[in-house]
Amino acid sequence: MIELLRHPWHWSVGGIIIGLTVPALLLLGNKKFGISSSLRHICAACLPANITFFKYDWRKEIWNLFFVAGIAIGAFLAVQFLQDPGDIRVAQATQDTLAGYGIHDYSQLMPAEVFNWGNLFSWEGFIFFIVGGFLVGFGTRYAGGCTSGHSIMGLSTLQWPSLVATICFMVGGFISTNLLLPLIFQWIK
Amino acid sequence: MTKNLSKTDIRHTDAMCTNDSELQHPWWHNLKYLAVGIVFGITFVKTEVISWFRIQEMFRLDSFHMYGVIGTAVVVGAISVLLIKRFKIRTVYGEQVHFEDKKFDKGMIYGGLIFGIGWAITGACPGPLFAQIGGGFSIVAVTLFSAVAGTWVYGAIRNRLPH
Repeated sequence: MIELLRHPWHWSVGGIIIGLTVPALLLLGNKKFGISSSLRHICAACLPANITFFKYDWRKEIWNLFFVAGIAIGAFLAVQFLQDPGDIRVAQATQDTLAGYGIHDYSQLMPAEVFNWGNLFSWEGFIFFIVGGFLVGFGTRYAGGCTSGHSIMGLSTLQWPSLVATICFMVGGFISTNLLLPLIFQWIK
Repeated sequence: MTKNLSKTDIRHTDAMCTNDSELQHPWWHNLKYLAVGIVFGITFVKTEVISWFRIQEMFRLDSFHMYGVIGTAVVVGAISVLLIKRFKIRTVYGEQVHFEDKKFDKGMIYGGLIFGIGWAITGACPGPLFAQIGGGFSIVAVTLFSAVAGTWVYGAIRNRLPH
């Protein structure tokens, strides 16, 4: 059983479990599935700064912070106890392109060449950590939700605005991956 | 945003994931959401959706994997919601499950594009940020901090942006 769990899971298994999170949260306490709101609750709890947007009862939403803490713990457990010893198997075409960016290490979920503390004070770190993170936090809130809130919760409840948001997430991602990242890697290398 | 919004109205502005329960419980009732999060986090790692590599693959159309995960999740979620509505299934506390229709806002386009660009750079939407940190990439804590800063700046300048 453990051996089976160690292998990377098929997309359908992941999809089913992630999909079941929607009814699980609804039935456990009328909670709507979403994750980017946790970032807002952190703002509301730590630095509301008299901004109207953060003047709500964040304590009522603390369940969401328990949920994201669980995500971090779950990821820790999976990496500690259910890690597949082999390299992550990425499509050859993607590997060929990434090799051109100087990325060759597939031993972990993230490329160690980019995501390491040594890069923090470099242009690479500035773009991948600071700018990237800022765009995620700013964009998800401006869009009113992220992949979980719009693409899964919103589409599951057939909200057409969530479909618009999801299409824009994808368009942004296609532009970023195929037009911006090649330029970024060319510039920082 | 006008001044006379209630706290609930403010919370529902630009948000999908709200707490619509009227009930109040001791804090430890929240542990069940921690448990759901743990299962979710394990799934995130084992299906590799928190992998920067998988995100690159998806946006380069080199693999079906991510589309399969998200597509299946939507189908399972939609069927579940349909069943909850059809059979009027109540929460474990006996409350009626609350659904609401969201209004369109231009932010879904502008914000959506901005988030999409960030998603491909970081290889993470907000959920995976937490999972990447838990999974051992402590440097992503910097990314998470920056994401919180991004959310804060949005809150500060919200009224000056097109909606």
